[in-house]
Amino acid sequence: MDQKVRIGVVGLGKMGLSHFAMVNAHPKVETIACDGAGFMVDVLGRNIDNTIYRDYDTMLDSERLDAVVIATPSRLHAPMTTAALERGLHVFCEKPFCLDWADSERLTQLAADKARVAQVGYHYRYVGAFREMKRILDTGALGRITHVLAEAYGPVVLRPKRGNWRSQKSEGGGCLYDYAAHPLNLLNWFFGSPAQVSGSVLTPIFSEGIDDQVMATLGWDGGPAAQLSVNWSDESHRKMTTRITMIGTNGRIFADRQECQVYLRAPDPGLPGYGAGWTVKYTTELTEDPWFYLRGEEYSAQLADFIGAVADGQGKAVENDFASAAQTDRTMAMLIENAETGQPVGAPPVTARPTPARKRGWFARKA
Amino acid sequence: MDRLLFGDNQFFGINHMSEEKARAQAMRFQKTDAIMDVLDVAHDEGIRTFMCTTHDRITEVADRVRADPARYADFRFYPCMPYAHKYANAVTDHGMVGALRHFMPSDGVLSTALTGGRALATKEVDGIARVLIDMEMKMFDGLQTPVIFLQNVFTDLLLGMGFTRALRIFHDHVVTKYGVEPAFITMNMPMLLEALEKEGIERPIICANINKIGFRMSGGFDAYLDALKSGRVRAVAMSVYASGAIPPDEAIHWISELPGVESIVFGASSAANIRGTKALVDKYMGAPA
Repeated sequence: MDQKVRIGVVGLGKMGLSHFAMVNAHPKVETIACDGAGFMVDVLGRNIDNTIYRDYDTMLDSERLDAVVIATPSRLHAPMTTAALERGLHVFCEKPFCLDWADSERLTQLAADKARVAQVGYHYRYVGAFREMKRILDTGALGRITHVLAEAYGPVVLRPKRGNWRSQKSEGGGCLYDYAAHPLNLLNWFFGSPAQVSGSVLTPIFSEGIDDQVMATLGWDGGPAAQLSVNWSDESHRKMTTRITMIGTNGRIFADRQECQVYLRAPDPGLPGYGAGWTVKYTTELTEDPWFYLRGEEYSAQLADFIGAVADGQGKAVENDFASAAQTDRTMAMLIENAETGQPVGAPPVTARPTPARKRGWFARKA
Repeated sequence: MDRLLFGDNQFFGINHMSEEKARAQAMRFQKTDAIMDVLDVAHDEGIRTFMCTTHDRITEVADRVRADPARYADFRFYPCMPYAHKYANAVTDHGMVGALRHFMPSDGVLSTALTGGRALATKEVDGIARVLIDMEMKMFDGLQTPVIFLQNVFTDLLLGMGFTRALRIFHDHVVTKYGVEPAFITMNMPMLLEALEKEGIERPIICANINKIGFRMSGGFDAYLDALKSGRVRAVAMSVYASGAIPPDEAIHWISELPGVESIVFGASSAANIRGTKALVDKYMGAPA
């Protein structure tokens, strides 16, 4: 496609503004903006060249768009995505995808039927260190992964305060949707859907009616057990920190936004360049420069994939497709149900067979 | 501008390689004394410019410098504003308009304008921007601030949105009110240079990543070199070591041969690293431009 891709960015809040800036700076894109709130639209309307709409439907009716980027409060994701897909537009939607996972699955099907590029903004899958973690995991070099710790901490709610949409459960607020969604989405990427969720704790600390901390235990059939530990009322972190630790039968791996640390008990032919003992790789060496950098390569890179897939008529997302985000929505629903009922959700995971001990002589054989 | 400027990332738990290291640094520099000790080492080595975010804690550093004019007679700050987290938190707490109102003088026309709920006139938007700049500058009252930078997250957000008139507002206010040089930090130097020229800002001071391996030089390594060679930009190079990927001697030698680079900004916490970089800059770059 030689023509520019025409993208409408909907919602000019914290995420929306930065999406708008990155999309607008892309050389292959012509960008239109849309936001209902007065102030930002007023100021931008007088100072930038782009057309700005105050109403989503009006924008869809008036503009010949190829795609939309949706960065509105989470409750609006499902209806806005539906409207866009029904008009045959490609969709990039912020996370979490839909508050009701049934919507997520319906929209996954709709996007597939229409062969649209349908992507959700789980940007951690574009962080170099987590990509390296995924690559290493898929080689099997760590052996059988048995033990996982998935964490996220940051300073979002540090005192009781007046609410906005992020502080209302029905709007998609709370630490689960905002923070825990990220490590859960990474776990889904690594291991798929959990068989069972138990021990979920979703509790307020400073907020009223929404969770400020989330803990849970997840189990996969033939896979690991994972502990989730998330808290967005932790001032000791300058900004959000997400980290995953795994222990396997042949070693250990740790990743956060900056680095990926691997310990191998024995080298593995499937993973050249990693010897026995520790190997550390940094995101800085695992990442390519984007066309435009605003707040981390991963944010630009996910939009680059989306724009590229739309421009090339690929008909599906490169990464973070709706199906993968629906998996995370469903996993979050399991946590909510588990926390509400106190009953484990799903069936106890079928445990993997332990790694057989090497024959070590007569006594071991007999046992 | 001096050849070598001292940066402040290391003092505030910012490390592009390791969270663990960042935390260790945050612990070490909790007390202003620890920051002053490192600044004094740099100062004694002849590095007299501190390029720093308008972080709350810089207020304490500014107070120390103000309190000892004899020792810090030639000490100068290059403020980099705004400290974005302060605003991000205020926006989360009060919403966009509420946050702005929070920062405006409570009895002034701007606060009233924001309360009204009507569309703001262009000159009111400009006025708000100027109040915000002045607020950031308060901590440097009576101190030397010969160059004032706009932080990269702000520069690049405005650049990406095409709201480049705001860059012009910043430029003009710094010139008119403070009588010093406005400057811009960016991760997208070639694109910014073009936008600033369109706003009529000639030969801007731009601080950007400039290093031999092209680390975080968005818009492309070659486009950076072309911009530098064109003579259209006065560059301050940051990330010259590319977070440790390039050996110091090689990194500084390469920079020294680039036209258009007037200064290097670097951060370090140990006397050995400060002295090492200073010696290399003296060796390869000599006297200030």
